[in-house]
Amino acid sequence: MTDDVIRPSRRRLLRGAIAAAGGGLLAGCDALTRNEGFVDLLGSVEPLNQRVQRFLTGDRLAQEFPASMISPVFRPNGSIDPQTPEYLALKRAGFADYRLRIRGLVEKPLEFQLEALRAMPARSQITRHDCVEGWSVIGGWTGVPLAALLDLARVRPGARYVVFHCFDDLSNDGSRYYESIDLIDAYHPQTIVAYAMNGAAIPVANGAPVRMRIERKLGYKQPKYVHTIELADAYARFGGGKGGFWEDQGYDWYGGI
Amino acid sequence: MSAMPLPERPAPALHEWRTILRHRWPLRWMHWINLLCMLALVGSGLQIYNAHAALYWGEASHFATPLFATQAVQGKDGRLRGITRIGDARFDTTGVLGVSDNKLGEPVRSGFPGWSTIPGSKNLAMGRRWHFFFAWAWVLNGVAYLVWSLASRHLDRDLALRRRDWREIPRSIADHLRLRHPVGDEAARYNPLQKLAYLGVVFVLAPLAVLTGLSMSPQMDSVMGWWMDLVGGRQSSRTLHFIAMTLFVLFTLVHVVMVFYAGAINELRSMITGRFKVRYPVAAAPATLSQPPVGEEKDHD
Repeated sequence: MTDDVIRPSRRRLLRGAIAAAGGGLLAGCDALTRNEGFVDLLGSVEPLNQRVQRFLTGDRLAQEFPASMISPVFRPNGSIDPQTPEYLALKRAGFADYRLRIRGLVEKPLEFQLEALRAMPARSQITRHDCVEGWSVIGGWTGVPLAALLDLARVRPGARYVVFHCFDDLSNDGSRYYESIDLIDAYHPQTIVAYAMNGAAIPVANGAPVRMRIERKLGYKQPKYVHTIELADAYARFGGGKGGFWEDQGYDWYGGI
Repeated sequence: MSAMPLPERPAPALHEWRTILRHRWPLRWMHWINLLCMLALVGSGLQIYNAHAALYWGEASHFATPLFATQAVQGKDGRLRGITRIGDARFDTTGVLGVSDNKLGEPVRSGFPGWSTIPGSKNLAMGRRWHFFFAWAWVLNGVAYLVWSLASRHLDRDLALRRRDWREIPRSIADHLRLRHPVGDEAARYNPLQKLAYLGVVFVLAPLAVLTGLSMSPQMDSVMGWWMDLVGGRQSSRTLHFIAMTLFVLFTLVHVVMVFYAGAINELRSMITGRFKVRYPVAAAPATLSQPPVGEEKDHD
């Protein structure tokens, strides 16, 4: 019965085999990652992720926190100081000329000055911001529920998505950051067009003058520097066609986990 | 080699080797599917960790004082040094954690080195795809394992801890320490330490990994308040997820060492073809033989 005895030569062989298998495995993974069909296969669970999250959470609210838990610094990420000409012009004037536009598949396209937004019934919420990178910060937000703005503009039948157009050019190639959500998330009570953070105007690094808070989503789904909210039947014609700046780089559209 | 017989000495104890069916085919398949999923999950998980190579406790990140971090700092000579922080302690881990060589042999900032991540270079979006795909595969395989183990009575017959197992724990520890191999029926069943390890992985570690994984989702948190209250927040969950991964890796290493210790060929064969050789003392063999010969798949796995 020598089956159970590993001789030294065999041991060497085994060690070599394990090293080769390990190296081969990783090289194989990289080769698979370059294979479009395989990457599509990996992405095939995304609709399942979305459906299960929707099914389990319904329209439940994201956790809210006491003011004592607000993070000392709300870590900014992505664009922190947009340099596009239209943004620089607005910033110089203290955002006095800022207008939020609502357009697309609506009965009544609308435009709001900051003052008009501030005069509307507001919602305040202290929530945790989860970056796709893994870190979290807690901040307080005040803004107008997107649902209220959509109701004023009267969404037309056929509209399925809300597309947010932003001032910042994160990839520095002349394009602009954009994002999209569906109407279920658009009408969620914690989806607000925020104009204040921790009781003051939103700092430039965090999206001044207006950004979205869509609390049950990761950070990249909550665009900063928003100037236009567009209702659309599909998002394929915007940007790279995947529904958002980071989605065009391969990130998932739903962004719930 | 002496040809001289030694009649005055008693003949050495005789043993008989019997081949039994140790693991049935569903278990063998699920075992290897599980391994494949775990490898993909650990590799892609480290890729995701690398996107922010620090762990915290509580709801939010306290960036200046991580519990654990694998960071890079520029030394006075301009060279990158990898620093691993555990609480207040700092260790130079250049080459492995914090800073390691990329495929071109250049030192780069990387929490865990490229050879341990999927994909091998920084790519969070792709790491997430791998992770979520294999998370589903792993969970479905795990559910199949639980259903099969209950239905086939594998759980009840082979894994459940009996009063006898608890009594035998000290002896089992001693046997392991003295590298004493069980023979006969004892070799064909799981020893109590083995049962504890398997039950711990299946019923503690795996659920912990799933719950901590899900609760990193801002959307899932809207219905997981009870869990967040229990662990103290999203960053605690992320840290526990990492610890669960570490324990899985540790379990796997010990598991593989045990396979070698118990006889790599025999053990591997039993998980590939199901056949497992057991040594029975010849006199006792007929009396205690309770394992059916290979081919009768009704009772044993």
